[in-house]
Amino acid sequence: MSGALKVELGRRYRFSASHRLHSPQLSEEENDRIFGKCNNPHGHGHNYVVEVRLSGKVDPATGMIANLTDLDAFVAQQFLEEFDHTSLNEDVPVFREKVPTTENLCIEIYRRLMTFPHARLERVRIQETRNNSFEYSGEDPEGDRN
Amino acid sequence: MSAGVYLTRKIEFSASHLYHNPNLSAAENRRIFGKCNNPHGHGHNYTLEVTIAGEPDPVTGMVLDLKQLKDILEREVMQRMDHRHLNYEVAELEGQIPTCENIARVIWQLLEPKITIGRLHRVRLYESPDLFADCYRNGTNGAGN
Repeated sequence: MSGALKVELGRRYRFSASHRLHSPQLSEEENDRIFGKCNNPHGHGHNYVVEVRLSGKVDPATGMIANLTDLDAFVAQQFLEEFDHTSLNEDVPVFREKVPTTENLCIEIYRRLMTFPHARLERVRIQETRNNSFEYSGEDPEGDRN
Repeated sequence: MSAGVYLTRKIEFSASHLYHNPNLSAAENRRIFGKCNNPHGHGHNYTLEVTIAGEPDPVTGMVLDLKQLKDILEREVMQRMDHRHLNYEVAELEGQIPTCENIARVIWQLLEPKITIGRLHRVRLYESPDLFADCYRNGTNGAGN
């Protein structure tokens, strides 16, 4: 069997927030047709579960890819504290311009975590409900995304 | 390469551990490992997911016999690690900090030579519902995730 063994670390974080799917580029009717009940003007909420996946060398001195204390502090500072118990559309500036779908949320969180200094960010997966989840692992090398 | 089918089996075991590197000072151990450095250790209910890649046998429809996989997991993992102290009772972990990363890698090394039908694709070890480590061969993580 070829190929070195690779180890990845996964950690889940939870936050609760509300959002409304509404695009100012579309008419009221189109918004209603495309986003359905998610276009309700008063918004609605979810308990989001964000799974962060990191890879890197397992440090022989600590047995760790990254110290969870460092990761937890970084995640808290990069998005968790800012997003938790907010209305994403109104309280997070980037979502004043962009529809806060969970796809866009994945991309935004990935962008904010990319600079984690102790390990490589492999992907961000967000569970919006028990039945919906979204993943982003950076720009497609083919360059045909975003 | 054909598509392949991924079969995952889950088992649970309970064990205790602590994080302590004898080459570091007491203060450094406390700073790096925090409450995981408590000298009396602490425990977890670990959940292990083992994924095997292969092609379903045309006669049985199975990638491999689940009973056989269950027996391998019982022998290699449960008997070694269940209701044990991972620092003191698991020879394969000797000299390593028993983090989720290192335990997942040791489990991979124990299982890989025993899987003779299909191919070990991924070992995922949960220490808690919010923390897990994955181990696989580099370049093979594109599927079955």
